[in-house]
Amino acid sequence: MALDEHKKRIFKLIGTRPPRPDGVDKVTGRAMYGADATAPGMLTGRILRSPHAHARIKSIDTSAAEALNGVKAVVTSADFGLPEDESVRDVQDNCMAREKVLYDGHAVAAVAAINVSVAKQALKLIKVEYEILAHVTDVDAAMQADAPVVLAGRAMDDLPKGMSENVTHHFEFGHGDMEAGFAKADKIIERSFKTAATHQGYIEPHACLATMGSDGKGELWVCTQGQYYVRELCADIMDMDTSQLRVTASEIGGGFGGKTTVFIEPVALALSRKSGRPVKLVMNREEVFRASGPTASSSTDVKIGMTKDGRITAAHATFRYQGGAFPSGTVQFGAQSSFAAYDLDAVQTIGWNTMTNRPKEAAYRAPGAPMAIYAVESVVDELCQELGLDPLETRLRNAAHKGTKSSYGPTFDDIGLEATLEAAKLHPHYTAPLGPNQGRGLSCGFWFNFGGNTCVALSLNFDGTVGITEGNPDIGGSRASISMMAAEELGIAYEKVRTIVADTNSLGHNDVTDGSRVTFAVGLATIKAARDAIKKMCSRAAKIWDIDEDAVYWEDGFAKPSGPNAGSFEPMSIEEIAATSPNTGGPIVGHHEVNAEGAGVSFGVHLVDVEVDPETGATTILRYTVFQDAGKAVHPDYVEGQMQGGAVQGIGWALNEEYIYGEDGRLQNPGLLDYRIPVASDLPNIDTVILEIPNPGHPYGVRGVGETPIVPPLAAISNAVSRSIGLRMSALPMSPPKILKALKSKG
Amino acid sequence: MKNIHVSTTINGDPTEFICAPDESLLDVLRDRLRLTGSKEGCGSGDCGACSVMVDGRLVCSCLVLGAEAEGVEVETIEGMADGDDLHPLQKHFINGAALQCGVCTPGILVAAKALLKKNPNPTDTEVRYWLAGNLCRCTGYDKIIKAVQAAAAEMRGA
Amino acid sequence: MRYVKAENAADAVQLLQDETGIARVLAGGTDVLVQLKAGMLEPDLLVDIKNIEGIKDIVAEDGGYRIGAAVSGAELGEHAGVVALWPGVVEGFELIGSTQVQGRATMTGNLCNGSPAADSVPGLIAANAVVRIAGPDGTRDCAVIDIPVSPGKISLGQGEFITSIFLPKRPERASDAYLRFIPRTEMDIAVAAAGVSLELDADGTCTAARVSLGAVAPTVLLVEGAANAIIGTKLDAAALAALSAACSAVCNPIDDKRGTIEFRTEIAGVLAKRAALIAYKRAGGQS
Repeated sequence: MALDEHKKRIFKLIGTRPPRPDGVDKVTGRAMYGADATAPGMLTGRILRSPHAHARIKSIDTSAAEALNGVKAVVTSADFGLPEDESVRDVQDNCMAREKVLYDGHAVAAVAAINVSVAKQALKLIKVEYEILAHVTDVDAAMQADAPVVLAGRAMDDLPKGMSENVTHHFEFGHGDMEAGFAKADKIIERSFKTAATHQGYIEPHACLATMGSDGKGELWVCTQGQYYVRELCADIMDMDTSQLRVTASEIGGGFGGKTTVFIEPVALALSRKSGRPVKLVMNREEVFRASGPTASSSTDVKIGMTKDGRITAAHATFRYQGGAFPSGTVQFGAQSSFAAYDLDAVQTIGWNTMTNRPKEAAYRAPGAPMAIYAVESVVDELCQELGLDPLETRLRNAAHKGTKSSYGPTFDDIGLEATLEAAKLHPHYTAPLGPNQGRGLSCGFWFNFGGNTCVALSLNFDGTVGITEGNPDIGGSRASISMMAAEELGIAYEKVRTIVADTNSLGHNDVTDGSRVTFAVGLATIKAARDAIKKMCSRAAKIWDIDEDAVYWEDGFAKPSGPNAGSFEPMSIEEIAATSPNTGGPIVGHHEVNAEGAGVSFGVHLVDVEVDPETGATTILRYTVFQDAGKAVHPDYVEGQMQGGAVQGIGWALNEEYIYGEDGRLQNPGLLDYRIPVASDLPNIDTVILEIPNPGHPYGVRGVGETPIVPPLAAISNAVSRSIGLRMSALPMSPPKILKALKSKG
Repeated sequence: MKNIHVSTTINGDPTEFICAPDESLLDVLRDRLRLTGSKEGCGSGDCGACSVMVDGRLVCSCLVLGAEAEGVEVETIEGMADGDDLHPLQKHFINGAALQCGVCTPGILVAAKALLKKNPNPTDTEVRYWLAGNLCRCTGYDKIIKAVQAAAAEMRGA
Repeated sequence: MRYVKAENAADAVQLLQDETGIARVLAGGTDVLVQLKAGMLEPDLLVDIKNIEGIKDIVAEDGGYRIGAAVSGAELGEHAGVVALWPGVVEGFELIGSTQVQGRATMTGNLCNGSPAADSVPGLIAANAVVRIAGPDGTRDCAVIDIPVSPGKISLGQGEFITSIFLPKRPERASDAYLRFIPRTEMDIAVAAAGVSLELDADGTCTAARVSLGAVAPTVLLVEGAANAIIGTKLDAAALAALSAACSAVCNPIDDKRGTIEFRTEIAGVLAKRAALIAYKRAGGQS
């Protein structure tokens, strides 16, 4: 087996829990986030946003704002070009409205001024004349033929009759004979579901500091999940060569997918170009809600047939998502992932996306999957109830496994679903007694996981310590896990490695920190960069020993002659090789560049106990256990952290979080008071059980773990609530008024 | 708006600044004094990321005017460690992986320190209710509660 | 905007009276600063009253307590005397916001914000609390129930501000309780709320009661019918059902992002019933 294909299964460091390298900075307040940077002569930027859900911009008069003392630049869409690429144009138009405002909160103008009070005053002096247009915010309403059209000319090519041209995407997946499948069923349940839009809810608002020189060179400091993608988008929008724009990712205060695109960055660059000074632009919380994020809201029909003994005979689902004011294809992931946990002979899923007068959807942790799997897992649970079947046994009975042709096409390799379900079955939580008004729910979850373009450079310092340069912002401890993988491979101490996140001009391209790809893909590239460095170090030792380099191997931080035939030499440590490297050929750097494939899918199972107050409809989460296949948990603390954090975001989605729009199309709750993300006192401990079914596509078996945990909570909690109150709930969030209303209808 | 001159004490050091009458203590700390450890997550007292102590009381610095700091003692996250010596809470947050992105961490540490001063032996429920005004979106709070308890145990033993 | 620290009550009155633009009193600031930041409020003058002598004090008076207008929630909660005498008033106030907000927020500020959902107001009205007002014509006392006029509006005149709230003395077997409904466990605004204060005789029969509801009408309500439903009873099931029904009957709430008319109306009765039982138990009743 070639060195780079070597699969490692016995570890010294992987699986331990060392302190993270950025820990001290983050507990002392030293870590620098998006809004924490300053530059000499820096101006403050502010954005004027539309109060209307849908309106034509008849005119914008910025003269009074420009005349205000202390205002250094005002920009509108007139200050931007018209990018040829339609998707880039959409991004630009989302950052600054052109011709029409498409949602409440859509940017129409921006100012840069000497301080925030002047900037705020200037915004008030900008006069925008609007012609108000009819608007639509509901997903089903937006698909009707007579719905107000959000953007004309963007409808899909083969739009069926009776659908609005708001509909932009259509997907179909599946296999098998549906009719024959349903004919074999003893019980068929059909149900419709709705889920509200939610926001990623990162605590750090979007922030950046932009500097554009008259020499055409730009610098951008920004909190983002992907500095390279920000650079590409901004360079396209600003009509610059990418080489001339350097983007540095700050520490990032949460992203969850919501910081994978740009909202304010091109505006800050435009203000800086116009004013000739650095411009800091920071969203406030209201802007975060009105103009960044959120997820799609959804409307779904599910139909599943089952035999008396619990075998699913056929499964069908239609998903309708709205992705806000620009075309969005997230429903594809919903349609693909919805039945991934099942080994089915007959399955079909259909997905539609429609535009609405809401902010353009941004990715949110397993985008599209939670609401799709919520609907499917609700119907599976109801079938189990109706047929008197154990919900865990039934899922095991139908579970996808190695060799299953998935509902979205590919055939699964080694996957951990059955092992995860078995672990849940054996866990004491599953059989613990329940009290009155209490219910237990469970759900499977799934995410594809991605790989993608990745570069890593591993530099051997002259003292034998190691620097890793990678290009993905660390959103949850990845510098620790990357350092661990490098140290493991090199056979040196974790403390000897320091990993940093590079700016765009210090390392080749890296895809965005998304798709649960970093520990997998950057880890893979790190291991391979380490192997590259090992090869070079062995070659240096061979040179010193004057033997063939194939006669040297690497073990525990030492180059060693591979046997008596190679010669008798004292093993040479990494320190010695490093120290002597100037005399043996110069500095030693290992590197690896790859468009990584082989990210193994990850399955999870969540178990939850709830109690519903029959007089108020309030739901309390009593107990919560997350089971998930991590492939190999590099740093188990941070794997558990992903499982716990994802579960709690899902709890929020299930119970209280929602975008509430008024009749006027304005967002009613753009703040953390009324957009209710879970607080500490809402929750019990979130117990975790990590399964390790190695991913064949990674040298250590790693699977991405970040996204799967947000998928099961929606259905798990809905199933628990439904069992507790004896009524099937079919809309999220299950806020107390909704549950109480359901209880009253039951009488 | 005429600026106001303020003399105050921050992390034990006598400090003077000028601020606009409507400027928050948080803005003063971050923009005028470069103490950017306190974060603005909402500006409305709903997230706790800007938590500081004013005269021994835990407050949101976004809900205090800079002008009100005249003559008071302010403690921020930057004053929590004693030089190189981390506070037990800081140590346990690192060792217990009680932070992921870290942006809520300064506020939570300041709040947790105030709790343990008032109640050295809290129950988990007491910790959860005390910290209800400190939003964390990454961790699900589990490891935060455990780290606070671990620090509390160490501090009781010390 | 000007920010001025008042030296004494007369100074504050003068400042407020002389201001021709918008003037606001600043104590805890947990409402005023949020409104400033959001641009909902653009005052010309902020009068900080925290330096006025005695305004941060809690003083025993006539068997009750006088609570200064600048006393924070954290300070009130640490005062054993008030907590023992009026636990419902204290718990209502302590529900507002976070620990951090409690470090600053004042009960007087909560009252003067004029919100029908103000958590401390139903308890104060159930307690028949009285505020002391400083103004151009000297000081005057006013029942808490007469302060709110409509959402965001209170009955104080130009130049007036509240200097303290007085909680009266209680007989032996008396107590109070406050409950609100929120979707989370903390950090929300009340969707509906109930404050109940009651007095018992030696055998546990309720001899006097005041029941107050929040967030179900333009101002906090005092519901006499609900009080009458439990007076003369030992809070048996029938009395509690009558109390609930009386509460739900007077509700006149709105549909908004926090709750529906239907939900608020239903919940107000449930909360009043539960709060009455807590108050009854605290007063020494055996239910």
